[in-house]
Amino acid sequence: MAKDRQVPEVNAGSMADIAFLLLIFFLVTTSIETNVGIQRKLPPDLNTPPPHIKERNILRVRLNKNNQLMVGKNVLPISELKKTVISFLDNGGAPLESEGHCAYCQGSRNPDSSDNPLKAVISLQSDREAEYGVYVSVQNELTAAYNQLRNRESLRLYGVAYTEMEEKYNSPETAVSLKKKLKLKIMEIRKMYPLKISEASLKLNESNQP
Amino acid sequence: MRIDRSTKNRPAAISTASLPDIVFILLFFFMTVTTIKTDTLLVANELPIAEEVGLIENEELIIEILVGRPSKELSKLYGDQPAIQLNDRLAKIEEVAPFVLTELSKKPNDIRNKVIVSLKIDKKANVGLVQDIKEELSKINLLKVNYATLEGPVHKN
Repeated sequence: MAKDRQVPEVNAGSMADIAFLLLIFFLVTTSIETNVGIQRKLPPDLNTPPPHIKERNILRVRLNKNNQLMVGKNVLPISELKKTVISFLDNGGAPLESEGHCAYCQGSRNPDSSDNPLKAVISLQSDREAEYGVYVSVQNELTAAYNQLRNRESLRLYGVAYTEMEEKYNSPETAVSLKKKLKLKIMEIRKMYPLKISEASLKLNESNQP
Repeated sequence: MRIDRSTKNRPAAISTASLPDIVFILLFFFMTVTTIKTDTLLVANELPIAEEVGLIENEELIIEILVGRPSKELSKLYGDQPAIQLNDRLAKIEEVAPFVLTELSKKPNDIRNKVIVSLKIDKKANVGLVQDIKEELSKINLLKVNYATLEGPVHKN
């Protein structure tokens, strides 16, 4: 009697097959979205003439149609770009008593290079035929240079890396009160090393070419 | 005695009861991390690689523009020069601004000033076309752009 009352076991062998079918369906119809990238702000479309900037405060980065990089007057491999940009931005060439003196810069204080990070501008010009992949690499190196400097100052002032703060700020899980505090700090660091990358029009580029 | 021996010699059957569970875990993983493809790709779209990347957490904010060489079947019609894909069709450069504005008007009011245009551009495309798109965007005052990339070491580009 006791044996008869037992519920017969259901064969679950086909469950795995069903689950596999579902899994394969999802594998085929879906894709992993990235939404990762380098974020930039475009210049507004204003018809005002560009402000006058001293030549020593501009670092000219050019990318030609053969994907070769020229920084200032030298041809450089992309791997060298970051170092060059950092030494340019962090130069702090303005003398000690003058108005634009940069107290936190650790550069070589070369009078022929940029006065301070607030005035330093990177001018990125790219030939229309250049490959986009290389262009992104250049953008990446420029961002890397800024991030390294910002991280350094952020670690010195607040003990947290700048990129870490930014990540926290952008995360939707962070509380609003914390975001407000982070924003102040982020703004402070951004003020020390403002991102000044000018991708001035191609017309300028074309007129320069013979 | 005979029965005893035969059961000893036969290896015990391996229980496959946990197999469905494992597959289900895999399934749930894929269900949560992936999204169903909405548009078919009409252009080649191999994204470049970068290291210093940021993540856009809110997908609501994104308007996508794809650029790349038209796929094999389409290249007979459109040639093999990089083309722009807006939603599910190929478009000309003049159509970018109206497209972005209509997409923008579909977004809820409170996030309109935060909208980011994500440029998903094939790494073999040329910069000129990208410059044109950026110019169009700055004309309509949508200034936040995202150069969509994969994450990884740069030297592979």
